[in-house]
Amino acid sequence: MPIKKIEAIIQPFRLEAVKEALNAIHIEGMTLTEVRGYGRQKGHMEVYRGREYQVDLIPKIKIEILVTDARCEEVIGAICRAARTGKIGDGKIFVYDVGEAWRIRNDERGESAL
Amino acid sequence: MKWCRLAASILAASLPVAAQSDAALIAEMQKLKGAVAAAQSAGDNAWMLTSAALVLLMTGPGLALFYSGLVRKKNVLGTMMQSFIMMAVMSLLWAAIGYSLVFAPGTPWLGGLDFAMLRGVGATANSDYAPTIPHLTFMVYQMMFVVISPALITGAFAERVKFNALLVYSVLWAFLVYFPVAHMVWGRGGFLNAYNGGVVPVFDFAGGTVVHITTGVSALVCALVVGPRRGYPQEPMKPHSLVLSFIGACLLWVGWFGFNAGSALAASSLASSAFVATHLGAAAGAVAWLVAEWLHTGRPSALGAISGAVAGLATVTQGAGFVVPFVGAVYGLAGGFVCFYLVVIAKHRLGYDDTLDAFGVHGVGGIIGATLTGVFATRVVNDALKLANGDAAPLGWVDGNGGQVGNQLIGAAIAIGFAVVGSWVALKITAALTGGLRMEAREEIEGMDLVLHGEEGYNLEA
Repeated sequence: MPIKKIEAIIQPFRLEAVKEALNAIHIEGMTLTEVRGYGRQKGHMEVYRGREYQVDLIPKIKIEILVTDARCEEVIGAICRAARTGKIGDGKIFVYDVGEAWRIRNDERGESAL
Repeated sequence: MKWCRLAASILAASLPVAAQSDAALIAEMQKLKGAVAAAQSAGDNAWMLTSAALVLLMTGPGLALFYSGLVRKKNVLGTMMQSFIMMAVMSLLWAAIGYSLVFAPGTPWLGGLDFAMLRGVGATANSDYAPTIPHLTFMVYQMMFVVISPALITGAFAERVKFNALLVYSVLWAFLVYFPVAHMVWGRGGFLNAYNGGVVPVFDFAGGTVVHITTGVSALVCALVVGPRRGYPQEPMKPHSLVLSFIGACLLWVGWFGFNAGSALAASSLASSAFVATHLGAAAGAVAWLVAEWLHTGRPSALGAISGAVAGLATVTQGAGFVVPFVGAVYGLAGGFVCFYLVVIAKHRLGYDDTLDAFGVHGVGGIIGATLTGVFATRVVNDALKLANGDAAPLGWVDGNGGQVGNQLIGAAIAIGFAVVGSWVALKITAALTGGLRMEAREEIEGMDLVLHGEEGYNLEA
């Protein structure tokens, strides 16, 4: 069974909701990174004593989850429902094929390593 | 306890009057007078030692936090050190010779060496300055002013000056600018001293001219001579933590009560008056800056609020103990609006990099405060200056002494002159002695913390 990596970039303040949603469908592992970036949302203007700063790169959370192909749609749906506010800046989800997965502790590989 | 004993002795003195001879009564009265003086001296000393500690609180942590929050995080420790090191170096310099050059009898321009190494500065009061507190208390209170002064200047050249250059410049600056100007305004026989044999009487209650004009104008000279930070103004240089600055500004506000109300040099009603004027100055400064900013940029910012409070405080310093307390709010409004205009609008058009606005806040606030004091100083509040017939002398314009505005401006002009020439000379000597004022380009990019001190402010992964 092929393995997929789901990479979701979400609003930081939606993280708890996304984690709960994933817990509810028994997704038990994830890797999380604090990232900065911009897409259509662009940034905002800050002003300090009259000096203006255009801040393009705004904070986001990147979640990486490995799942079997069969569960992929379900997980993506859960993330979308939990992370969506309906405004520009809600983020994106990318899905990749994974060549191999390996558990360092005991050399399990493939699906059983997830 | 003192008051209990005092009450008891009053009772003892008043009951058996008939039985006592006149001589015994006089002796008893003398004793009572002594007890009253001792109680007053104890109260004054307690307030003045507290005030000295409050003024030190303004430098560290107050100014150190205020300034270091406004720089980039690679310079947070270096900026804190620029304030902190003054607490050490300036204190030693003051005790060794600075106090003497300011407050010992000398010429109209500089004091003598009578008090060098604190010789003769002990428990006995110096009646020229503060007759109810130990001379040592007066000395250490004034010490805190020379500590914060060069620390204020560091805002002008933040993020780019070498540590050794900072040290040399600050010591030279004390000799060339602070000691002469402080002696002229406050020292016995000083040229601008209003109370003790001056030629042009200047009213400077807590250092509007002595501290804020000298440091603010010196800051501008430093900003121009040192030059802007590399990449200014194209590269973004956001304040790395306004939270630090916020805490620092609030500590400055609190410490300023020691600075201004302490300048009454006694736990007196004049101290109360200066305290209220100072507080209203800070409050009005914050409001004025925020209103101006709200109208100008559409948002009232936290940095604007704290900058306005500091501007109001710098402005009210000169007049705190000369004006009716509510007039403190006038100082604050004037300081808040004018400093806002200079810092937020004019500076960017002029293009110099007074990084943390030491000139825009302290220099400009100081000059406004000096001028307003010529207008609003009144004998209703401060009757220490006497006419020949013993009545309180008219002080400012509101007392009918319009010429005082001119005197105040002469004082400001002399302070500006000393600041410009003294700072320029000090910078040139410093550059020659230390091989250049600034860090190398590579070092400036890497940051003061690593290059100058071998540390980092935030080791969050540690």
